[in-house]
Amino acid sequence: MSRTATVSRLSKRERNVREPLRSFFTAAWLGWQIESNWTDPFLFAVYSIIKPIAGAAILVVMYGIITRGAFESPLFVYIYLGNAFYIYVGSVMNGVSWAVIDDREHYKTLKYIYIAPIHAPFYLVGRGVARFLTATISVLVTITAGMLFLNLQLDLGTVNWPMFLAALALGVILLANMGLMLAGVTLMIAHHVWFIGDAVAGALYLFSGAIFPLEVLPNWLRPVGFAMPLTYWLELLRRALVGQVAESFPTLSHVSNGQLFGILLGLTAIFGIMGIIMFRWCEHQARERGLIDRVTNY
Amino acid sequence: MSKIPAIQTDTLTRIYKIRGGKKSDPKELVALKDVTIEVPRSELFGLLGPNGAGKTTLIKVLTTLLAPTLGRAFVAGYDVTKEPHEIRARINMVSGGESSGYGLLTVRENLWMFSQFYGIPSREANRRIKELLEVVGLGDRINTKSSDLSSGLRQKMNIVRGFMTDPEVLFLDEPTLGLDVGAARDVRRFIRDWMDESKDRTILLTTHHMVEAEQLCDRVAIINEGRVLACDKPTALKQQLQQAAIYHLQISPLDGITPETFERIRGVHHFTYRSQDGSATLEFILEEDDVLATVLNQLTAHDIHLLNLEKREPSLEDVFIHLVGMSMEEVERGEVD
Repeated sequence: MSRTATVSRLSKRERNVREPLRSFFTAAWLGWQIESNWTDPFLFAVYSIIKPIAGAAILVVMYGIITRGAFESPLFVYIYLGNAFYIYVGSVMNGVSWAVIDDREHYKTLKYIYIAPIHAPFYLVGRGVARFLTATISVLVTITAGMLFLNLQLDLGTVNWPMFLAALALGVILLANMGLMLAGVTLMIAHHVWFIGDAVAGALYLFSGAIFPLEVLPNWLRPVGFAMPLTYWLELLRRALVGQVAESFPTLSHVSNGQLFGILLGLTAIFGIMGIIMFRWCEHQARERGLIDRVTNY
Repeated sequence: MSKIPAIQTDTLTRIYKIRGGKKSDPKELVALKDVTIEVPRSELFGLLGPNGAGKTTLIKVLTTLLAPTLGRAFVAGYDVTKEPHEIRARINMVSGGESSGYGLLTVRENLWMFSQFYGIPSREANRRIKELLEVVGLGDRINTKSSDLSSGLRQKMNIVRGFMTDPEVLFLDEPTLGLDVGAARDVRRFIRDWMDESKDRTILLTTHHMVEAEQLCDRVAIINEGRVLACDKPTALKQQLQQAAIYHLQISPLDGITPETFERIRGVHHFTYRSQDGSATLEFILEEDDVLATVLNQLTAHDIHLLNLEKREPSLEDVFIHLVGMSMEEVERGEVD
């Protein structure tokens, strides 16, 4: 009974530290094994290189037509970077919530994972790590393509790297928490689970200032944008990368970098608490209704 | 060895709300009704019943996958509702007839990954994996991707996944379902050997195979429509029918007489009829041997020839028939799981 002995020897406090860590790292390993299964390099190229470039290209063409080729305008940098970093939103959020669908419907392992002594939120966030890494490749490819072929005004020498990395890390934590909320919802429903992540990411795209300043929205819709933590996250990333250009836009120009960090930190904490509470509530409901191991075969 | 029972349930009830019913009048399915059982440590306890009897539902409740509607359940002394996390560190489960697993991982990787969730050090995990794979005859497939395994071999991999963590309480839900005869026999032997190795291990096994229950289980609970109808050692259960006479008759085809005629004979507890090429078989559970004479008189009166007659010892199937009034096959034919 060596395992049982191991379990009983550990204090509750030790387990509270070890279980989340091993859930996270094992899930990250599993996620990477799944995501990096590039047995078909063509598919990998399509998903990680061609798809993001094609998405950016559509935006660039539309921008070129509307502005009659004003690629030197700061607006172009604003749009291009917002669009590039928005790749993280779908990838990280979906990466976390998709693990529920993948394990339940595809691999049929969810019930075995659920009855193991794991920390479910850490497991799910761990599964999202691989999607974060592949999204990073897509973001880098998109920005590099912009710099090489579209004269994107980004000087790597003037980038505020500490601010950029801090903002990126905070944003990823925020997205993981949002993914956790989606994972909870995914546990509860059978229909349309495949589209939830995309639908939420698509809806937030409009209200987060990713591709246009919030001033473009009607007055009554702007509060939605200001309530979205993604708005502050993208603003911070832009300021870190192209400070002068980003600050020339009116939306948040009156807010300092420190204030932006404060707002983002506060909203991330709120979303973190909400994410855990919502996931636990959904998990409880799913257990009450017998949905944890239900395979819908949809 | 702890005196706390490995499994204990007290009037456990689980009701499913069926979707599609009106909100004002929702349909309900009672999957478990007032189930009270106690399984001491070191026992191999069997749940015997047809598909849809509630066996899997009980396992789901005990493994913390499903919340009970009413009543209480404890595993290793912990409440399934209030302390699921304590239970999860002490249990594992294997469900038969499914091909779960990460197809792009090798057999070793699949098993290693699960071992990490239980905090087993890698070296120890790899040792156990190798050892158990050899025992179930999968040693040469350790580095094969699980997607390349047949469904039977995948099931063996899952059996190793369940045993690998050396749980205090192991739940086996139809572990031999879908396996060929030889593989099922190997698995049964492995389960019995694993239990005999240590007094600290407990297994709750569900099955609808009488032979499996008789061969493996120390005690058996017979379950139907969510209720436990009887619970005892297989020999004790069969002793309930010691007074009854069980006969197997092979006869010429029934002409001019319906099978229901036999049901009406006083003293016939149960009977089944099967027609084959050129002959028919009748199985009777009779109140006593004397009733056989009435049965044979009926056959003679309708000019039906008796080809073979055999008296046999009661089986668990007979106990089930005695309790439910139908064979498991008949119950399954009449119900959908």
